[in-house]
This record gives sequence, structure tokens and C-alpha cells, in this order.
Amino acid sequence: MPRLYVLTQTHTLSLSTAKVFSFVNLIDSKSLTKPHTLQVFRPPLMAVPVDTITKPTPASSTSTLRFAFGNVLAFFILLLIGVLAFSIRLFSVIKYESVIHEFDPYFNYRVTQFLTKNGIYDFWNWFDDRTWYPLGRVIGGTVYPGLTLTAGTIWKVLQSLNIPLSVETVCVFTAPVFSAFAAWATYLLTKEVKGTGAGLTAAVLLAMVPSYISRSVAGSYDNEAVAIFALIFTFYLYIKTLNTGSLFYATLNSISYFYMVCSWGGYTFIINLIPMHVLLCIVTGRYSSRLYIAYAPLVVLGTLLAALVPVVGFNAVMTSEHFASFLVFIVIHVVALAYYIKGILSPKMFKVAATLVVSVGLVVCCAVVAVLVAVVASSPTKGWSGRSLSLLDPTYASKYIPIIASVSEHQPPTWPSYFMDINVLAFLVPAGIIACFSPLSDASAFVILYLVMSVYFSGVMVRLMLVLAPAACIMSGIALSEAFDVFTRSIKFYISSLSESLQTDAGDIVSGNSASPQNDAIKTDKREDSLKERPSRKNKKKDKEIVEKPSVKSKIEKRPLVLPVEASFFALFLTVLLGAFYVVHSVWAAAEAYSAPSIVLTSHSHDGLHVFDDFREAYAWLSHNTEVDDKVASWWDYGYQTTAMANRTVIVDNNTWNNTHIATVGTAMSSPEKAAWEIFNSLDVKYVLVVFGGLVGYPSDDINKFLWMVRIGGGVFPHIKEPDYLRDGQYRIDSQATPTMLNSLMYKLSYFRFVETDGGKGYDRVRRTEIGKKYFKLTHFEEVFTTHHWMVRIYKLKPQKNRIRGKTKKSRSKSSSATPTSGTKKNPWH
Amino acid sequence: MAKFSIATVFIASISLLLALSNSFSLENPTDRRILVLVDDLALKSSHSIFFSSLQTRGFELDFKLSDDPKIALQRYGQYLYDGLILFSPTIERFGGSLDVAAILDFVDSGKDLIVAADASASDLIRNIAAECGVDFDEDSSAVVIDHGSYAVSGTEGDHTLIAADDFIQSDVLLGTTKIEAPVLFKGIGHSLNPANSLVLKVLSASPSAYSANPKSKLSSPPSLSGSSISLVSVVQARNNARVLFSGSLDLFSNKFFKSPVQKAGSSNKYAKSGNQQFVTELSKWVFHERGHLKAVNVRHHRVGETDEPAIYRINDDLEYLVEIYEWSGSSWEPYVANDVQIQFYMMSPYVLKTMSTDKKGLYHTSFKVPDVYGVFQFKVEYQRLGYTSLSLAKQIPVRPFRHNEYERFIPTAFPYYGASFSTMAAFFIFSFVYLYSK
Repeated sequence: MPRLYVLTQTHTLSLSTAKVFSFVNLIDSKSLTKPHTLQVFRPPLMAVPVDTITKPTPASSTSTLRFAFGNVLAFFILLLIGVLAFSIRLFSVIKYESVIHEFDPYFNYRVTQFLTKNGIYDFWNWFDDRTWYPLGRVIGGTVYPGLTLTAGTIWKVLQSLNIPLSVETVCVFTAPVFSAFAAWATYLLTKEVKGTGAGLTAAVLLAMVPSYISRSVAGSYDNEAVAIFALIFTFYLYIKTLNTGSLFYATLNSISYFYMVCSWGGYTFIINLIPMHVLLCIVTGRYSSRLYIAYAPLVVLGTLLAALVPVVGFNAVMTSEHFASFLVFIVIHVVALAYYIKGILSPKMFKVAATLVVSVGLVVCCAVVAVLVAVVASSPTKGWSGRSLSLLDPTYASKYIPIIASVSEHQPPTWPSYFMDINVLAFLVPAGIIACFSPLSDASAFVILYLVMSVYFSGVMVRLMLVLAPAACIMSGIALSEAFDVFTRSIKFYISSLSESLQTDAGDIVSGNSASPQNDAIKTDKREDSLKERPSRKNKKKDKEIVEKPSVKSKIEKRPLVLPVEASFFALFLTVLLGAFYVVHSVWAAAEAYSAPSIVLTSHSHDGLHVFDDFREAYAWLSHNTEVDDKVASWWDYGYQTTAMANRTVIVDNNTWNNTHIATVGTAMSSPEKAAWEIFNSLDVKYVLVVFGGLVGYPSDDINKFLWMVRIGGGVFPHIKEPDYLRDGQYRIDSQATPTMLNSLMYKLSYFRFVETDGGKGYDRVRRTEIGKKYFKLTHFEEVFTTHHWMVRIYKLKPQKNRIRGKTKKSRSKSSSATPTSGTKKNPWH
Repeated sequence: MAKFSIATVFIASISLLLALSNSFSLENPTDRRILVLVDDLALKSSHSIFFSSLQTRGFELDFKLSDDPKIALQRYGQYLYDGLILFSPTIERFGGSLDVAAILDFVDSGKDLIVAADASASDLIRNIAAECGVDFDEDSSAVVIDHGSYAVSGTEGDHTLIAADDFIQSDVLLGTTKIEAPVLFKGIGHSLNPANSLVLKVLSASPSAYSANPKSKLSSPPSLSGSSISLVSVVQARNNARVLFSGSLDLFSNKFFKSPVQKAGSSNKYAKSGNQQFVTELSKWVFHERGHLKAVNVRHHRVGETDEPAIYRINDDLEYLVEIYEWSGSSWEPYVANDVQIQFYMMSPYVLKTMSTDKKGLYHTSFKVPDVYGVFQFKVEYQRLGYTSLSLAKQIPVRPFRHNEYERFIPTAFPYYGASFSTMAAFFIFSFVYLYSK
């Protein structure tokens, strides 16, 4: 509650009646530095420089100077925040190299290369025949083009400025650049909610929040890199429109929303969160024309613009994710009409009209709802996409869509991951919520709503922790800055009272001065109240006053919270310590936890640093030793990398749009050799690539993913049954493993010749066990390449046998008769 | 300078010779150099008619004893011969570097082979046969006996000389002239796996034949009996190498060629057995003088264009052309058939069409690309009895419409256009009136 007072207190100062000004001046003359910064950092809600400039008062010349100084300072702080956000993400480049990370970024990189080479129209119409063989993929229509277009534009601009950066360099550094933008956007958003100080704090926090770093280190060239900026900026513009009621910002908001739609599928978060907030405002009686201006153009323009993005298209009006916005759109119009009618009718007439409208409206609403329900119910997934459904019902994916559940970032997070990803922010957030409630404005209500929703979503999918991170930063920024505010003010008062008590006639002045803000506050409040009651339909300032109203109203009979100075100092020290811990943790996370490109791995051991560059070794082998049109089959995780780095056609990749196709590959991997050979041969596959970590202890290898292949394969081809691969419900590869498991292609390709590496033991360092079947031969596949650390193994499908053998006396097994078998005559299995 | 040019010419001519001698090529698939391995050089004269027929057709025969230590099929990685005739049924071990594996490698590299066994066939020969899918009777003393259709001769023998006339019905294998006289056969039988699609039974035994030791009494049912016994079989490997297996070496002999034949129970008496015609025609097939197809000039383009596009669009009309020729022994002749089909294939055929031919070797058809995008293949899978298999696959992607290839204005949507434009106009008028009235 005291924080509330602080806000209104400074607010009063900025309104700058002569008396207040003299008070400020007095303090200024006493202690020069502290109040300055305090004042500058805490401009109240409405005390944006515009105000001071447009409404010059006697006090304005000095305070303008102070604001100017503060603005310059804020500008440089923001600049430094940008530098911080950028540079903290460079660990990956410094520690490793300037290289694209992980899986999806490789696809984005490939798309960007295509864009820079062929131009935007070819990109739009790009039909890629090198993935999803033989189905192909319409890249232009299935990709969120925001990131690619952004990087492509940056590259083009740099080229035209004669700065010859490679596309890869631009791609690598796009994410850090945009995280600086995101920090600035956070500043703007938080400033709209709680003022500059909170804005700067939130921006600092966001610049180095580990959750966001994990997605935006240099090289992590993924949609989220630009989408988080777009998300925050869209929210900022929404709040800005809400606060100003300006159509200009509303239009900008739609355009920013368009950019977000271009960038990331997470735009549905925006188009659901904002309607929720609007509904909340309406329900709590906060409807205003500003709300209408903030919302209606966004729905109309935003939906139109969203439909322009090929990947969204008609989804913008057809899928359930967007229905909430339309529903609220109707509601807000009904409410607007009601307010309008209320304004022109007498109260009695209005009552009559209300009953009429409500009865008619109910009928219409029922009809519309019935139609909607009918339409939605006719679709099997009720109009929701699988990912959205798994958000609403966290158990949905694991029950019905193994392909979504199989992705580690779609799993619910563990508690430690909250501490890992947002660290101390998790503890500051509640304080921030309280600060937002005092006073509760439209903007702070929105931030609270944003936080609550994102906490829920992050609890469902670990990936959406990323959406929580900005909310947590904003909240913590508010909390921290309010805390600083209280502490520094306490200290400031202590110092001023101290210095004044040194003067001879100290006592009176101090008491007089310390009383004056209160009086002022009450006085101003009365003025505000009278303003409010005045019929001000034509008054342009009306909206602003309504914004001020809640903040001002609630500060009646508040006394400034002045803590004991020792407590203040101690608390200040603890807060700074907390911030220091956060910084230490963030830097550690940036440097150690989230910088690994996952294409190059390192490990520290007693004899120094080991670098595992097996992936690139394997892809380079593929690109140098296979035909251009050869098809490479692997589990879909490696699809993007194979197309981008080896430039070979793949069967499935990380864009998991066709479940059947992935299930086919999963089935092949789960089948015995011969059946797998037939499946792969029917897909014209020449090479099979498996990732195997058993030798060096790389845990995310194909054997550990294998159960998902079984599940996904079994979902489409029922002859693959998960229990066949489990011994008493346990997944194991040792001698207790089931025969189905030991005969599956994945087992064989992973452990072929593995026993030779450690002299007959066959000890798998990931599963920490000896493998079950050590000596076996491959009949339908031949090993063509295994990387240095055995992390990637490439096999070639043997061609069909040139001749078909007859049965001979000496042969150990009868040659299979019905189908032609492959394998050479040296093969002992024939 | 002159020296230099002479050297150049020399090198050029050598390389030309090499190129020519590398005869199993697309341009000239007929074999030229054949190694004949015999147990006894006397065979050279006793089977001279067969050999001379080969020589008159232009083959160079190189006779060697099968245990000659100098036998080598290849030198410096190059094969010295294009064909191999094994007329050495009794050999247990070849001389030189030759063994089963070498012979199989020879076949696997596309060379042709004729193997003749007889009652004394060694394990070596049986192994070679088994590797190719031909299983000679495991009982080493068994020969084919037929009390029903033996060849009538002066003395009442043990009916091991068979007059077989159950030929495979194929003009490609046996020539267009029908073989009238039965073929004399004396030797061992073999069986084939019916599921083996690569091996063909050219000469079968009659239903009354069986395989047993003629000198001992039949104690148990014979392992091979009836028309499932194959007397002569051919194999066409997947790489189109051709192999002939005969259970009788005498089949190729002058004696059998010339001897008159009368099948038991038949009054037809032929002055000359069918052996010569049978063997000659079959050897023509084995040495690729017949039934060898090639497909060239595969082209496809949109109807009305001539350039081959890198990608098609859905619903394009396209034309596909291919030329197919058959080797006649000396030149490529147009292959004429009405059953050559083209598939437009993506995991399953979306279009399957029989191509029409202009009788000069050119096959063509045109069709509409289906309304499905993806990576398709033009596939011609032409496998006919006796012919080399033609398997053409050409990958071609099919893309969806570009963004500007859709119709811009659809007539059925005119009400919507009208609605939106009238709304725009109405809104403009409304704004004007609202702002500037009063």
C-alpha cells in the first residue's frame, strides 16, 4: 500500500503547483543529487514529458531541464541495456564459434539463404522437393516468414551499405540484436504501466533473463528470437493505445500484431490475452472509449493482416483459437452501444430500452452461439489445433498425439526449471503483483492478466516459459523499483531531515515541509474529483483524466511510508544483493548452460576439454560422398540439419506436419532389418543415419528417443506395439531386453560393431549397462560411415541381390523364397 | 614431332581398341570373346558344330583345359572375356585363380555363362548352379530317366536318352522358327524354385520322367519327378547377365546334333534332332544377340513446348517420350510392342498409361499431371519374358500453383465483391455526412 502513495506523491509533484515546486526546489537546494535521480526515475503515470511540455506552468522550465537530464540518462541506460542484452548472448560465439545452433535454426538459415538468393516471390512460392520426400513441402505456405524476412532485410540493407556480411553471420546475430529490441520494448511497456524507473529495471531484468537467453543466444536463429520482441512490443502498443486512446497507436498495434503473426505461432496468445483483458475491463466496469479504440481496430485490422500471412490464411477466421477475439468484439460493441444509449436517453427510458435490447440481444446471442457450437462441434478436434488443445488440457497430447508429447520442450517443466529460467524473479513476481494492484489501472490489470496466463501456460509446456519470462521481468521490475523507491525515499527523508535539523530553525520548516505534500495531495485530489464530475464530453483531456483518476483517488488519507533508515539501508543492501545473485546466475546461464550450439559438443574431463564435432563430420561426409539426389532417412530431429548442412533429401524433418510419414519412418526403425529395408526401399532411401551416444555418453541419442518412434509408429501402424519393446514395463537394452527390441533396426544400427570398441564388453555409457546382443551381422544394411566418437552412424541400404540362390546342401539356412533378398554371398545369414 | 604423333596415334588406337573390346556396352551388347573350359580337348572336335556356329557368328573362342594353371578371367581389373562356357562337368578345382567366387563375380559384373553338366557333375559345378538358383539333383548318381518319352534307338537301353520337346513358349529365347524335332538329352535333371523370378525353365522333362540311378532299383520315391524336372534352364540376373544351365553336355555334341530322333510312342521320325536349332538359338539369347533392349532419349516436356522443365505444376499437360531399341546381333532395331507402360509415381502410381509407338522405336504418351504436388517419378518398368528388364526412373517435382496463378476474380464471388465495395463506399459517405453535416 505505501507504494501507492509514492506514486501519487511524485505525481503531485509533477503536476507542479507552485507550492509543490517550492518544496522540490527546497529539497533540491539541500541535497542535489539524490532527489534528482529519484525524480527522474520515477515520473508518474501521466507525467510523461509531453505533458510537461504541452502544459507549461511556472515550474516547467526547471522541471523540463530535470526531465531532459533524466531522459538523457535514461537514454544512455537504455543504450547500455541494449549492449548488455546483445553482449551477454555472445558467449556462444566466443566459446564455440559463429555457427547456427540446434535444429530449427538450420531450417531458418536455409530458408534465409533461399530468400537472399531468389527473392521474396520465389520464397513465397517455394516448393521444397528436398524434404519430406516424396511429398515435398510448400515452404512458402507453411513457414512463419517473419524471422526470415527480418534477417533477409537486414542482410540486404547491409549489402546495400556495402557491408559484406555473410547470410550466416546475419542469422547468427539476429537473435541478440532482437533481444536488445525486446529489452527496449519491455522498457516501453513497463513505463506505460508503472513509469520509467520500473521500465528501466524491467528492461535490465529482461536483457539477461536466462529463459529468454536460452532461446536467443547468438546462433539460436529461431522464431522466438524476434517473436518475443514482437510480443512485448504489441503489448506495449496495446497499453499505449489504452492509455492515450490514439488511433495512431491502435494502427501501429495492428501492424505490430501482424509482425508477430508473421513471426511465431504464439501470436494466438496475444489474440486471446487481449480479448480477455478487454472482457475483464468491461466486467469490472472499466469500459471506456479508449478501450474500444485499443481493441476494435486490432481485431479488424489485425485479423485482416493475419489472414495475409500464408501460413495462417483462413485460420484467422476459422479456428477456435481466434474465436475469443470475435466474441469479445461483439460484446464490446454491445457495451459501447449500451453506453451510448445510456448517454442520450433519460434513465427511465434507458431502463426500458435496456430490457428490450437485452431480451432481443439474448435471442440473437443464443442463435449465434448455437451456430458457433454447431460449427465447432462438427470438427473432430473442436476446431482447435493439437498444440492448443494440449495447452487447454495438459494431458491431451500425451493421450492422443505422441508426436507433440515426444518433443522435450512440449513437456511440463519441473520446479527447478523455474528457478533455472527465471531465478529470483520467481520470488519478486508476487511483490510485483501487489504493486500492480495499488492502484489497479487498466494497464496494470493487463500486466497481471498476462502474468497469470503465462504462468499457467509455462506450467503446461516448458517451451512457453519463454512467454512467462517477459511477464516475470515486468512484474519484478515493478517490484524492485517500488522497493528501491521506498528505501531511497526513506533515506532521502532521513538525509533531508538530518541536514535541516543542522540548521538553526530546522524544526518548523521540516514539519511544515513534510506536511505539505499531504496537503497537496488532498488538494489535487479534490481538483481531480471536481474535474471528474464536470461533464466533459467535449474535453479532449477527458480520457487522460480518467486514467489519472484511479491513481489519484486512492491516495486520500495516505501517509508517506518512511522506513527507519537502518532498515532502509539494510533492505537496500539485500535488494542489491538479490539483484547481484540474479546477475551472477544469468551470466552463468548464458555462459555455461545455454550457449552450447548442440551441433558441437564439449565436455570437460580430467585430461582437458573434449570437443565432439561429430554431427558436422557426418553431414560433411554425406555431402561429399553421396549423390546429390540420394535420400537420407533418419529420425525427424535431424531432418533440418541434414538438408541444410549435407544438402541431401530427407524423408521427414522437424516440421512435423505429416504424422503418417513420420510414423512410417518410426515403423521402419522399430521393425526387423528386412521389413525396415522394404519400407526404406519403397521410399527410395539410400542411406540411414542414426545418432548414437553410447560410446561417449551423449544422452539425447536415438536409442533414448526410440520409444517415441515405437509409439508414433504404432499410432499409425498397429502391428508395432509398445509392450513388445518393454520388459515388464521397463525400457532396457541389456540382456533382459525383449527379442523385438534386440532385433529392431534401431538397436542393430546403433550397436553394430559396438562391442569392438571396448574389447568385448559392449558397455553403453548412456544407459550404463552392457548391451544385450553384442555380436550380430547386418544383412540388408552396410555401415558406410561412423564418426570419430561414434555419435553419428551412417548405413547404406544394400542393393537387391543380383542372383537368387537356390537351396544347397551346404547352406545353413534356406534362402527366403517368396521375396528377393539382398545381401552378398559372403553373408553368413544366408 | 612425327614420333610424338605416332605415339599419339598408337595410344589413341589402343584406347580405341580397349573401348571396342569392352564389348558389353550399351552400344554393342553382344559378347565377343569367350573362354571355353573343357575337361578334355577332344571335346573341341566332338562338339565342333556348336563351336563353329559360334565362331561363324563372330565370337572368338579361347579353348583351355579347365585345370590349366594359366586360366585367368581378368587382368589388371579388366575382364579378358565377355563370356564363359564351362564344358567341364567333372572338374573339382579349376586351375589358376578361377574358383566359384570368381565365376560368380564374372556373372555379377554382367558377363554371360554357359554351364553344361552331366551324370558325373562335380560339386564345383553344382555349387555354381546353386548360387544361381539351379539345383541339380543332390543324388550324384541320379540321371533323368523317362520310360514314357525316351528316344527310340536300336537297342532297348535304360531310357536315359530322352527326347524332350516341352519347350518354353518364347520367341525371344528360342527364335521365331518353331523347333519341330525333339531335343535329345542325356544327363542329370535339376529343379528350380518356382518363386525365383530370375530363372526360367527352357526345356522341361515330360510328366513321366524321374531322376534316379538307372543301375539300382528304386527303393524310395525319386526326389525329382515329372515335369518339375528341368533339363535346360536359363537365368537372367538383375544386371541382365545371362546364364545357361544344361544337365547334359551331350546336348551340345555333334553326335546328338546329327542323330535322327524318334520319340517313343510317336510315329514321327525326324532325320535330325532339334538339338542344333535349340542350342544355337539359345546361345544367341545367352550371348545377347537377341532380347536385349535399350531405352534412350527419355524426354518429357509440357505439351506445346520442347524444353524439359525442372519442375512441373499441378494440372500441367505433359508429354513423355522414350525410344526403345532391341539388339539384333549386329545393330539396334526398333522394338515394337503395345504393352509399354509409363507410371507417374509417388509412392503409388497416380497415372498409369500404355504408351503408343510409331513402330520406329519411339514411344510416347501425354497426360495431365494429377492435382497433387510432390516429388514424382516417371517410371517405366518393362519386364517381359526373355527380354532384358527396362527400369527407367526419372525424378521430377510437381509444385502447387504460384500465388499469382490463381484466378484473380471468380464470378461466383461477385456478390462478395459487391458487398465489400458497397460497404466501403457507404462508410466513406457516412463519415463524410457525420463529420460535415450541421
